[in-house]
Order: sequence, then structure tokens, then C-alpha cells
Amino acid sequence: MNTSPPLATAKTSVNWNWLGVLPFLIFALMFLVLPTAYLMVGAFQNEAGDFTFANIRGLFEPNVLSAYLISIQVSLASAVGGGLLGFLLAWAAIQGKLPPWIKPTLMTFSGVASNFAGVPLAFAFLATLGRVGLVTVLLKKFFGFDLYATGFTVLSFIGLTLTYLYFQIPLMVLIVSPALEGLKREWREACDCLGGTAYHYWRYVALPVLWPAILGATLLLFANAFGAIATAYALTGSSLNIVPILLYAQIRGDVLHNPNLGYALALGMIVITGLSNAGYMWLRARSDRSRT
Amino acid sequence: MKHQSRLGAWIAIAVGASYFLIPLIATFEFSLRMKRGEYSFEAYRVVFGDPQFQATFGYSIVMAVITIVVGVLLVVPTAYWVQLRLPKLRPLVEFITLLPLVIPAIVIVFGYLRIYNSSSLIPLTGSERATDFLLICSYVTLSLPYMYRSIDTGLRAIDVRTLTEAAEVLGAGRTTILLKVIFPNVMTAILSGAFLTFAVVIGEFTMASLLGRPAFGPYLQLVGANRAYEPSALAVIAFLITWASMGLIQVFGRNASARRPGAGKES
Repeated sequence: MNTSPPLATAKTSVNWNWLGVLPFLIFALMFLVLPTAYLMVGAFQNEAGDFTFANIRGLFEPNVLSAYLISIQVSLASAVGGGLLGFLLAWAAIQGKLPPWIKPTLMTFSGVASNFAGVPLAFAFLATLGRVGLVTVLLKKFFGFDLYATGFTVLSFIGLTLTYLYFQIPLMVLIVSPALEGLKREWREACDCLGGTAYHYWRYVALPVLWPAILGATLLLFANAFGAIATAYALTGSSLNIVPILLYAQIRGDVLHNPNLGYALALGMIVITGLSNAGYMWLRARSDRSRT
Repeated sequence: MKHQSRLGAWIAIAVGASYFLIPLIATFEFSLRMKRGEYSFEAYRVVFGDPQFQATFGYSIVMAVITIVVGVLLVVPTAYWVQLRLPKLRPLVEFITLLPLVIPAIVIVFGYLRIYNSSSLIPLTGSERATDFLLICSYVTLSLPYMYRSIDTGLRAIDVRTLTEAAEVLGAGRTTILLKVIFPNVMTAILSGAFLTFAVVIGEFTMASLLGRPAFGPYLQLVGANRAYEPSALAVIAFLITWASMGLIQVFGRNASARRPGAGKES
């Protein structure tokens, strides 16, 4: 402890310095860390408080497992779709040689649309693709195409994915833009001068530089969709069995008939969102490094 | 080839713009359909006249404002102190503020209901006032990523050390430095974090619903389950609120060079 003798006065002030962040640390402990830790510990206990893996095993029972699978499918579909479309959109605005007003307009709109989630978003898609929604009605009227005769419903897997895309695409635009800004025009020119085609440019120049940013952002989109509940709940009620809705029902009425299985359900969500966020941060560090 | 690539870009923008705009147009059109055979603002009249709308919307505005005040009072001194005296702690503090983006809101509130239930040591769900307090704390938690990032960026753009030393030389105490020197200098960053927080909190559903408070989010859900045209009108109103919040960030942020659009959404 006495390894730094030269700063005798610093020693007393170090103790005081810690006090400055104490309110924040106490707040984080009380309203973020402890509540989460309580659930994580509870996931490994039975009702008597003894250690057990039974709850983790319980996650692999058919009804719980299917909820995880549907959640992962919806999140994956909306992350890949949003990632792809968002990337194309950002590329068009930044590298597409379009009029200069396009980019700031897209960025502003993306800021709004990526925050327009929750219950109102569900209403918007019901009014668009619902049974009497505008797009459904217009398709029937002008093209004689009955959307609902194909078995489509906005309350389904596809409906939820299309709805999630509304905030996933703009989120992708916001996250991936800095990486696209880093693509130098000279690289394209160099590639053209050497007789390279667009294919060569993407295959050997742009994608090798961009892939960590693209993959990382897609992982973040995945986590973003996985934890969302309000939109899905307002859109489908409890007809679509995804994890957050199952957890919501469990909190309200112990539908699993085992409180500790509920904790395990929460733990599973944290593990999945935690892993995808960790992947995002790792890839982002990689992408930031390669740009400097 | 140049021509082709521009066509592709226009197609991407056109598809993107339709995906953004068609649901908005459809929602607006749907909200006007309440009276049979003509377009009218009847749905909006009904919504604004609903006492439940007024009560829940008012409640959520009050909650949002308190959340912003508490969040600013918690984050500004912390970020200031970390920058000035505890730079080694920055990774830890940053990590904590990013956790609400990693841990889903429904998991956080689940934890609250377990450790603050009415038979626990701190029974915050015991009375309505205490639950309001818990709801505000949950909103402050949700807004930590946006608030901290925005304010930290603001603090990095000014010379905190020199400002503090100058104020100290002039005889100012800690509170005076924070209130009269630091706050005014990061006002843009605070406002930007505040509007983002407002947009997130005003229609928040999960926390309010599971804590059983009469907020705007659960009201929206209830209307959605029981009515036909009012939900569209409410969605249009909610979109305008989000738009206004983001617009105000742009207006106030025009002078701040260090800020990026949608800063809070990145983690």
C-alpha cells in the first residue's frame, strides 16, 4: 500500500475523490446492478433457496424453448433485413453522389424514426397493413391483390418483423454512417485506374474495410429487437409467443408456475443481449482501429 | 458506370423513403376515417376530450420532467468529477451507463418487483408515492446511456480543468462551480440529453405497466386493445412528439460541434 510515497498529500485526497461518484454508484447499485443480480442468483436456486440447475434445464422445455426460438428468429430477421437495407440507404446517401441535401435529411429522419418505437409504432402498422389498413385496401382496389388471402396478417412473425424494420433500418443508418464516411474516394479511383470493376472494388476494397462495422451494427440491431416488448405486445397481444411477452405474462401471473424459472428466463435474455452487445463492442473497436 | 451507380442510389433512397413515409401517411389517413363517408378530425376530438388521455398524458409529462431533473443532477456532477479527478474510473462509469442498453427494461423492472416488494426491507411498491419514486428511478436508469453520453461529450468539448481552477482562484466553492460554471457551459449537451430522455419516457410502456402506474404508455396500449380509430390519432400525436423532441435537439445542437445525430442510440 505504501508504494507511492512522493505524493503524501494525494493520499488523503484520493479518499475524498471517491465520494464524488458515490451517489452515482449507489444509484447504479440500487436500481441497476442489485435488481439484475437478484434475478441472476435466483435463476440458480429452487424455491427453498438451494442451489440448482433445474431452472436452466427448464428453459429447454418445449414452450419456453419455442419462445426463445421465435424471439431469435424475429430478431435475426429484423437485424439482417434492417442491417442490409440500412446499409444500402446509408451508402446511397453518403457514397451515391446524390444531391447534398439528401444526407442531412436522411440523418434527421433516422434520428426520429429510430426513436419512434413502442406502442404507437404498432398502431401505425395496424393502420398500414392491418385488415382495413391503407396498403391492404389500396392493393385490393388497384391491383386486385388480396393480401390477407395469402395468409398474411400483421399479427404474425412477418408482420412483427416488418414493424421492427421501421426502427431497425434507421438505427443501422445512424450506426454504420461513420464507417461509410471513412471510405476514401481515392480508393475507388485507384481501383478504377487499375482496371477494377465495381465487383472488384466491393470484394477487395470496400467490404474488407467495412465488414466489422456492418456485422457489429447487425449484432446491436439483434439485441435491440430481442429486448423490445411494447411494440410486440400492442401489435399481437399474447398471440405471438416471444420471450419478452412470456416474461411479461410470468411477472404478472406466474404462468410458468415456477417463480425461479421466471428468473432463468430473465437470465437467458441477459445472456443473449449481453453476448450480442459484447460482439458489437469488440467489432467496433476493430473497425475504429482499422480506420485510424 | 457512373450513371448506373447513381440510379442504384436513387432506388435505395426511394425504397427507404417509402418505408418511412407510407406507414405515416396510412396512419394519418386512418385517423381521419372515424366519421363514415368523410374525412374528419373526429378521432382527435375524441382523444383530446378523453379525461383518461388528459390524466395519463399529464402524469407522464410530470414523470418525464422529474426524470430529466434527477438525471441531470446525478449525471453532470458524476461526469464532471470523473473528468476532473477520477479519469481512471471513466471505463467503469461508462460501462455502467451502457448497461441499460444491454439489460432489457423488462428484466430491470422484474428485479425491482422482487427486491422492492411490499414485504422487503425497502418496500418501494408499498404506496403510490413510493412507486412513483421507483418509476422515476427506473426512467433515470433507462435514460442513463443518453444523458451520460450527451453530457460527457459536452464536458470533453470544454476545458473543465482550466474553468475549475479559474473559478477556484476567484474563491468559488464546489457547488458554485457546478451551478454557475459547468452547467451553463454544457447546457446544449444537457438539453440534447433531456429531449432524448423526454422522447423515450413519454410513451414508455414496460416499466409503467408492470409497476402499475397510470402513465401514457399503458393508456395507449389500453386504447389500442379497445378502439378502432383513436389509436391512429394517438400514433400521429406520438410521432409529432418524437419529431418535436428530435427537432429541438437539432435546434439547440446547431452550435455544438461535437455532437452527432442520434448520439444516444449508439452504444
